[in-house]
Amino acid sequence: MKYYDKLIFELSVPSRVGFSLPQSEVSLPKEGKIWRQSPLNLPEVSEPDVVRHYTMLSQMNFGVDTGFYPLGSCTMKYNPKINEEIASNKVFASLHPLQSEDTVKGARELVDTLDSCLAAITGMKHFTFLPCAGAHGELTGLMLMREYHKSRGDVKRTKVIVPDSAHGTNPASAAVCGLEIVVVKSGEDGLVDVESLKPLLGDDIAGIMMTNPNTLGLFERQITQIASLVHGCGGLLYYDGANMNPLLGVVRPGDMGFDIMHLNLHKTFSTPHGGGGPGSGPVGVCEKLVPFLPVPKVSGFHGNFAVMARALAYILMLGKENIRMAGKLATLNANYVKESLKDCYKLPIESVCKHEFVFDGLKESNGVTTLDVAKRLLDYGFHAPTIYFPLLFHQAIMIEPTETESRQTIDEFIEVMRVIAREAKENPELLHSAPHNTPIGRPDETAAARQPVIKYEKKS
Amino acid sequence: MADFCYFPHTPEDIALMLERIGVGSLDELYSDVPGECFFKGEYDLPSAMSEQQVRDYFESLAAKNSSLKVMVGQGAYDHYVPSVIPYITSRSEFLTAYTPYQCEISQGTLRYIFEWQTMISNLTGLPCANASMYDGPTAAAEAVRMCVAASKKKNTVIVSASLLPSVLDVIRTYASYSGVNVVVSESIAEDVAEGVADLAGVIVPSVNRYGIIEDHSGLADLVHSMKALLVEYCDPSALAVVKSPAEWGADIAVGDGQSLGIPLNYGGPYVGFMACTQELMRKMPGRIVGQTVDAQGRRCYVLTLQAREQHIRREKATSNICSNQSLMALWCTVYLSLMGPKGLRRVNELCYGLSHRLYEGLLASGKFEKVYDGEFIKEFVLKPLCDVPALQKALQDAGYFAALQTEEGYVTFCVTERRSAAEVDEVISIVRAL
Repeated sequence: MKYYDKLIFELSVPSRVGFSLPQSEVSLPKEGKIWRQSPLNLPEVSEPDVVRHYTMLSQMNFGVDTGFYPLGSCTMKYNPKINEEIASNKVFASLHPLQSEDTVKGARELVDTLDSCLAAITGMKHFTFLPCAGAHGELTGLMLMREYHKSRGDVKRTKVIVPDSAHGTNPASAAVCGLEIVVVKSGEDGLVDVESLKPLLGDDIAGIMMTNPNTLGLFERQITQIASLVHGCGGLLYYDGANMNPLLGVVRPGDMGFDIMHLNLHKTFSTPHGGGGPGSGPVGVCEKLVPFLPVPKVSGFHGNFAVMARALAYILMLGKENIRMAGKLATLNANYVKESLKDCYKLPIESVCKHEFVFDGLKESNGVTTLDVAKRLLDYGFHAPTIYFPLLFHQAIMIEPTETESRQTIDEFIEVMRVIAREAKENPELLHSAPHNTPIGRPDETAAARQPVIKYEKKS
Repeated sequence: MADFCYFPHTPEDIALMLERIGVGSLDELYSDVPGECFFKGEYDLPSAMSEQQVRDYFESLAAKNSSLKVMVGQGAYDHYVPSVIPYITSRSEFLTAYTPYQCEISQGTLRYIFEWQTMISNLTGLPCANASMYDGPTAAAEAVRMCVAASKKKNTVIVSASLLPSVLDVIRTYASYSGVNVVVSESIAEDVAEGVADLAGVIVPSVNRYGIIEDHSGLADLVHSMKALLVEYCDPSALAVVKSPAEWGADIAVGDGQSLGIPLNYGGPYVGFMACTQELMRKMPGRIVGQTVDAQGRRCYVLTLQAREQHIRREKATSNICSNQSLMALWCTVYLSLMGPKGLRRVNELCYGLSHRLYEGLLASGKFEKVYDGEFIKEFVLKPLCDVPALQKALQDAGYFAALQTEEGYVTFCVTERRSAAEVDEVISIVRAL
């Protein structure tokens, strides 16, 4: 098919309309200082134009429903369709956020039920649903951490410890929350080095942010010792729930000693990522922090309600029986890929992994980079893994298959990864110039950043 | 083994895979987890439901709500949602994609974000828009932080008391933790003119919490003379007819895209937007999509200016924001494509006609007093001379959500094109009968 390269603005023809509205009996004043004087450039297109344009755009996209999406740290599991049906329920969609409690009893019950389900799954006491995403949850959780210390008159605690392997959002959220970041190093085994942690602990430490398993997909084996050390110095433990999936139905953050956590409903709880959002990042707290809920207002109303509805539908489908298998199957799939490919790709840390793991590029690279491997994967119809993260390895390839992928799909992926490793030896140029079978080839990203064009301007 | 429709593994698959890995059981994959960490109890969750049971359960929850004819706004507006929008946004290729990291197979997402940025830029009049934010209030809070970051050493932002309560709340929250000094002002021009030593920015609503279109004549010059930035908080639907942030001389525009065809959804998901001047582009938080060419010279789109962002800059990033509300931005982009300049103007005209019909009718009932003289489009407040709970109950009994009480003791109404003249007249007659 020919590459469709139009923007909706380029389909515009003056006086064509795509709306169906009643006629208006009034017209608004145009003169006067409060009214808009400048013309409004929006497309003038018909409804069929709009439908065809966006349908064609959608065909240039890759989603979980179109193929395997092993993007590390993103948990691209299947997004059940019953969730969508529920989220678009006409009654829920029609509720105004400021309606009186007696008119939204069903919506409140939905939120309360989700709260108790998430509490049961994580070992936390209660959740707030205001945060709209994981990073938003981190920020909210850190605000709660500060409130806790403030309530005790413990105002010296202005620092938060973040492992060098942490997601970039952790230090960024701490900075937005007005906390100073102290980095703790990982040891040779990829885990937080307890001996490096000890000297950092003191009466100026508000807490530590950890994701467990960490971004290498490795379980922090010394978590209970870390918890008692941090608690011992008066700090709190924050759990970044981005990597919760392998623990779903197996381990609860509350039982590991975490005091505050967020969940990414769009990762662990199957709600679609929507091309970058909307997500939902509810924050849970242990019993002693419950008095600090509800949190300070971090979003306009009650959070992303329609996302919560999807997550609850998923939990009810899983039930207390199937949840027991969710994390384990995710872990099975990841270890299976790792063991099947470690002869061709460099595995920097030999260990059982959880939901994901990290290769450090090809074993025999022949000048082929991780970027080349990722782009070549696109040619074979797979989404690429997360690349160049975590920063601990220069050629990081972070693979997370999730539990909803079958052995057949994963075997196909493994086979393609092996083919690519062979191609790297035999025909590296093929990889440097990949992808070849996608709607576009590699873009010039340098030009995009040097002379940014971030809106459409009609050529005159 | 799991007999569950989302898990593809058969017992044979599991056995084979464990063998390849070289372990004897699934539990052995957790040999690195200390014993005390395992959850040994039974999860306090319901038993697995069938899909039909799940559907029935949510139907029963939905039935416990009252679906009312909405005549309140306050940051969430009941505009008509064209049928095309959910049809497009529910396409799997859009819905089940992640952030467009691999641009070669994400041109769909990238292109509609580029279109969204263009539309937001054209509505606000400011040249640079980002890929979207969580919601309007968080976009406002980020704009406040941006003023401070851009000024380098200054730390005070004057915030108009006439902003929506939800916007003020979130600004206050963000500011208090990041150490920004927020001064809430009842009379912006006077407070700015008085002089604040370290004024970094001023944020005002284009249409305020009382529904009134504010007159910001001269404000931008005044703010700029203090070497500070002016931020306008706007309702993007109204921007088709009210003076744009650029026309007022603002440096940053923020707001919530919900009024562009997103259902009320009990408060979310909505979508925040942000636009700014060329000078501030690299200070903007969030994702930005830019145009470039591929190896064959074909026009295409990529995430750009990523050096501002958390995954590269970590604690030095412009914000901690990592996602955007991409699908909701698509929602608005499709809406604006359908509406075009004429449709969006029509929406405002219809709102204007209906809301003024209600306003006049309510005043004529003798049950309310006028509060403000300013021009409004769809939302207004009145001072009640009647018993408010009785008023609200009478309206609710007739199926309306209207006359929400404000902090000041007024009642607020909002009429969109979703309502008919007959419904407006019914509300007036209910009020008369009180």
